[in-house]
Amino acid sequence: MDDTTPPFFRCENITRIFEKRLDFASKIARSMGADIRDDRVQAVDSVNLQVMPGEVVGLVGESGCGKSTLGRIICGILPQSSGKIFYKGKDVAVMTAAEKLDYEMNIQMIFQNPFASLNPRKRVNSIIGEAALYHGLTTTKELDNYLEAVMDQCGLDPSYKNRYPHQFSGGQRQRIGIARAMAVNPECLVCDESVAALDVSIQAQVLNLFMDLRDQHDLTCLFISHDLGVVEHISDRIAVMYLGRIVEYATVEELFQTPFHPYTQALLHEVPRLEKRNVAFAALKGEIPSPLDPPSGCHFHPRCPYVMDICKEAPPALREIAPGRWACCYLDEK
Amino acid sequence: MNSPLLDIQDLQTYFFTREGVVKAVNNISLAVNKGEVLGLVGESGSGKSVTGFSIMGLVDPPGRIAGGSIKFKGQELTTQTEEQWRAFRGSSAAMIFQDPMMTLNPVLRIDTQMTEAIHAHENVSRKEARARCIEALAMVGIPSPEERIKSYPHQFSGGMRQRVAIATGLLNSPDLIIADEPTTALDVTIQSQILSEMQKLCRKTNMALIWITHDLTVIAGLANRVAVMYAGSIVEEGSVHDVLDRPLHPYTEGLIGSVPSRNKRGERLYQIPGMTPSLINLPEGCPFRMRCSRNSELCLKVPPVTIREDGRKVCCFHPGT
Repeated sequence: MDDTTPPFFRCENITRIFEKRLDFASKIARSMGADIRDDRVQAVDSVNLQVMPGEVVGLVGESGCGKSTLGRIICGILPQSSGKIFYKGKDVAVMTAAEKLDYEMNIQMIFQNPFASLNPRKRVNSIIGEAALYHGLTTTKELDNYLEAVMDQCGLDPSYKNRYPHQFSGGQRQRIGIARAMAVNPECLVCDESVAALDVSIQAQVLNLFMDLRDQHDLTCLFISHDLGVVEHISDRIAVMYLGRIVEYATVEELFQTPFHPYTQALLHEVPRLEKRNVAFAALKGEIPSPLDPPSGCHFHPRCPYVMDICKEAPPALREIAPGRWACCYLDEK
Repeated sequence: MNSPLLDIQDLQTYFFTREGVVKAVNNISLAVNKGEVLGLVGESGSGKSVTGFSIMGLVDPPGRIAGGSIKFKGQELTTQTEEQWRAFRGSSAAMIFQDPMMTLNPVLRIDTQMTEAIHAHENVSRKEARARCIEALAMVGIPSPEERIKSYPHQFSGGMRQRVAIATGLLNSPDLIIADEPTTALDVTIQSQILSEMQKLCRKTNMALIWITHDLTVIAGLANRVAVMYAGSIVEEGSVHDVLDRPLHPYTEGLIGSVPSRNKRGERLYQIPGMTPSLINLPEGCPFRMRCSRNSELCLKVPPVTIREDGRKVCCFHPGT
């Protein structure tokens, strides 16, 4: 790819802070001098990420590391606290209404729980067809044909279009979720743990569907998951997140062959695999710290086997350690 | 060879619902030896949890054990009275459930809940019971157990709660632990912490473990033996190496093919065609028949369990090689 192509989307210093307002009693207590602070969670902390057109990027991390929040910000469902998103080289914040609509239509999200993300009181045809109809991609007359094409492509039998979500199994519901996203012809899908709730054999079906759709429509994809096995299977590049920060960003081959960041190394070591038999499980010590009160400096330092003094003081910056390979650790400076 | 710790013969656990009889566990036979880790693998609805519940006598109406026998140390369990069950549960065998938030009482402190489990089986002083609880908590890797034992469940993280549940199970040093997907809701790093604790415990105390899961990759690392369940039957059983490297049953083969793994990155995964049949009206003959590539006229009859020369069991007319 030549250098002039702008990335499909690019995040620049995206930060999202969730704040819990103090209740009345605490406010009074504070005004009387008690040391009470607002509960602040920095879910996403100055994240820079760029995704090129046609690329599948995996975003992995443990629960609570902010990967879903980042996904939602990229889709435009959740506003960021600060930072900018560039879509095809343009800043989303200064877009015209028409451009913004184009951005929002082209990035669609597929959610984790196929039971909670479908309206139980709507029939499949309105779940899938509503957005397409609203945006004028089809007309009421042609809706049936349009739906058939979309459902067929997502492996759903079009004769089920008058059914309700509860009449489907988990795997089929996830297909409905995918069909709903695909109905507006997006160029990019953000999949938030889309196969986590499914059985192995159903998971294989849905992953195959993703790969087919990607080939047919040249989709760009941000695949959020905690399952490294799944992410490894379908991604071109992988970003590893820890407590709101991206700690490593590299191609799949590089990341799995020579993981750089100590956290990535630990994570990869613990992926259970079919080939690993009678493993002596040696676990990474400690748990992910509370995001309410993250450790100083590098967030990973209390669990890191290579911890140095500097790690406790200032957070390391995300730097390019090799062409196209980014990591956020002091180790390579030595 | 001496007799196994747990010996299940032709167990049938049926649920008698208004729509019909759900054959959740349909004629399974299974044996577990002392100190052995058995992985029970299957997809949702395959009857693996109900098997666990049957062993513990926890099948609720409309379900009941309709036939077969479960022998624990040579003693028949299915004919026990409720009183005998109560004595059995917790002291001889313990079960760990999937969701630790559901199994711990949110309004009682950990110490209350744990000492209760000891007092149910033994007459010991409160002080001694408490000391044993602290010891159990330390064993599963909870830091500063003297302090943490005074906490409520909501003050623990998910991984820590699961450890408390495991510690409670260990209190009366049972001979058998049944773990029903205890790490499914946890992160990879926490999962391997729990797995490492369980592994150490099994080796140290020679306790038998039945690990129920849908995740073949966990079984690969943890278990000695695997039993694969499909639609209420065990379709294949054998050592981890045999089953995962050279599966005999087409369903096992399909399951292994659908796991994303290192050597097939970016390729299409194997899809088992069709869907799991409804347990109310199972197809005649082999339950996997409709989805199987080796389907033949023979399969219209229920395939018998064949025990091969190498000790592997398979339930198929056309096993692979």
